[in-house]
Amino acid sequence: MDGWDASTKSTVTKIPLLTTRAGPRDGAEWTKRLKEEYQALIKYMEMNKANDNDWFRISSGPDGTKWKGKCWYVHNLLKYEFDLQFDIPVTYPATAPEIELPELDGKTAKMYRGGKICLTIHFKPLWAKNCPRFGVAHALCLGLAPWLAAEVPHLVDTGMIVHKDNVTATKADA
Amino acid sequence: MAGGEHLEKDDVKVAGKEKRVMSSEVVDSNPYSRLMALKRMGIVDNYERIRDFSVAIVGVGGVGSVAAEMLTRCGIGRLLLYDYDTVELANMNRLFFQPHQAGMTKTDAAVQTLSGINPDVILESYTQNITTVEGFDKFMGSLTRNIKGESLNGKSGVDLVLSCVDNYEARMVVNQACNELGQTWMESGVSEDAVSGHIQLLIPGETACFACAPPLVVASGIDEKTLKREGVCAASLPTTMGIVAGLLVQNTLKYLLGFGVVSKYLGYSALKDFFPTMEMKPNPQCTNNSCLQRQREYEATKPARDAAAKAEAKRLAAEEAEAASVSLHEENEWNICLLDDEEPKDVRERIPDIPSSSGNLPQGLFRELPDSEVLDKSVISSESFVDPEGDLEDLQRQLEALNAL
Ligand SMILES: [Zn+2]
Repeated sequence: MDGWDASTKSTVTKIPLLTTRAGPRDGAEWTKRLKEEYQALIKYMEMNKANDNDWFRISSGPDGTKWKGKCWYVHNLLKYEFDLQFDIPVTYPATAPEIELPELDGKTAKMYRGGKICLTIHFKPLWAKNCPRFGVAHALCLGLAPWLAAEVPHLVDTGMIVHKDNVTATKADA
Repeated sequence: MAGGEHLEKDDVKVAGKEKRVMSSEVVDSNPYSRLMALKRMGIVDNYERIRDFSVAIVGVGGVGSVAAEMLTRCGIGRLLLYDYDTVELANMNRLFFQPHQAGMTKTDAAVQTLSGINPDVILESYTQNITTVEGFDKFMGSLTRNIKGESLNGKSGVDLVLSCVDNYEARMVVNQACNELGQTWMESGVSEDAVSGHIQLLIPGETACFACAPPLVVASGIDEKTLKREGVCAASLPTTMGIVAGLLVQNTLKYLLGFGVVSKYLGYSALKDFFPTMEMKPNPQCTNNSCLQRQREYEATKPARDAAAKAEAKRLAAEEAEAASVSLHEENEWNICLLDDEEPKDVRERIPDIPSSSGNLPQGLFRELPDSEVLDKSVISSESFVDPEGDLEDLQRQLEALNAL
């Protein structure tokens, strides 16, 4: 599992694995898969909060195909927060959801147009290897979290994003 | 069809006027004379048939836009164009789009240019993403309408789908649609380092589908470890994209008009000028249910196909015997080797038949992604799986509670 830091590696192994191979056009099987997605996300979020590493909010519509939320990253004690959204593709879970941060569209080369984050070359092979066991929670942990850790400091240092003055973070709510 | 007109989303542009006659008359004013010459030269039996064909091009980027222009200039009957992106100045290292089109959707800009080049082509523009649930439904809806815009009740209304997208996710969606429709399609791709590419023919049930085995790509010859990816997503070259578009449309013309050998897989390595070829059979363990269904249907037609192949072999043998008896009477006084010695069937025989998932790929080809593993122990130490029980609404409430904390 090249390409991730030790803490990401140890975190991802603690997210429960999924078993149902079903996408949003698969009716009752999708409902089953959706329940698994929620369970994995709940566990991941509880874990983050317990480890003082809460970093996203997420929820979906009733059919579980559209997900929206927020994610944030703390850099030099300042909290940078972004809207987060993605669709579950019709070919899920064979293909991973493509996570979008629309506010950062056009601000970094590590992003496809439309605001989809550009993942490392290691992500898709690992996702393919672990299909259908990986779900949304794994995609956030292995895809979005490392992306924010790499890109936010760069975006701040190059002046592409500026902190909203009234939002200051302390270590406690980081 | 007026150029410069801005189309609304999903607008369907249908040529209302009579098409020009496809004449073979050799005059400066005839746009089709050089194409119709293919018929006179005996390359193509019936070139005018090009007008009967509908081709869907998914992805109107560096490859798709050029493929669309080639087919437009060839006088294709109808093109369905799909893309949700807009033209950017960063695309100007590629062919087709022009700086003044920056900001337009790629589909609208393409219709603007293509309708100016050849007003005979019926152009349908779909400005949409195909990977979402709604997008996929619209995609299927458009593919199942005929040239008059009539719904065919779930039957495909196009002759070929060309995938010119730049990512695995969208290719898998095209694969899904074509497997469900039993629609033959061609895949194309250019590597992110811009120095290799490939085209592939996919016939549901008959050849491997895109999900039967991890995607096959051409080795660029560069060591992955030395390839620097810092600060960039992908590189691109107009040359590689133009070459791949050319290979794709050449294969399209051969497939539609029935001449030459239609390649099953043709790779291109720019650094070595190397063109590997291969064929892949469908995987009986494919995870795509529609693929399995198409495989069963194809298997059911085996007796009929065997009979047809036998009849064809018999016909060819008779033809050869006749040709041999004719050439006996001819003096070959100049000792010139006739072109007829190279029948296409010989080329076909030289292509090795390679099973889908096996490791023995032709030199220069490799799998882009690994097969899914039963359980990758090197990655997963925990054996913990989710509990299959639980009520969905209750789980949603639990997540909302965590969100509110
Ligand atoms: Zn398949």
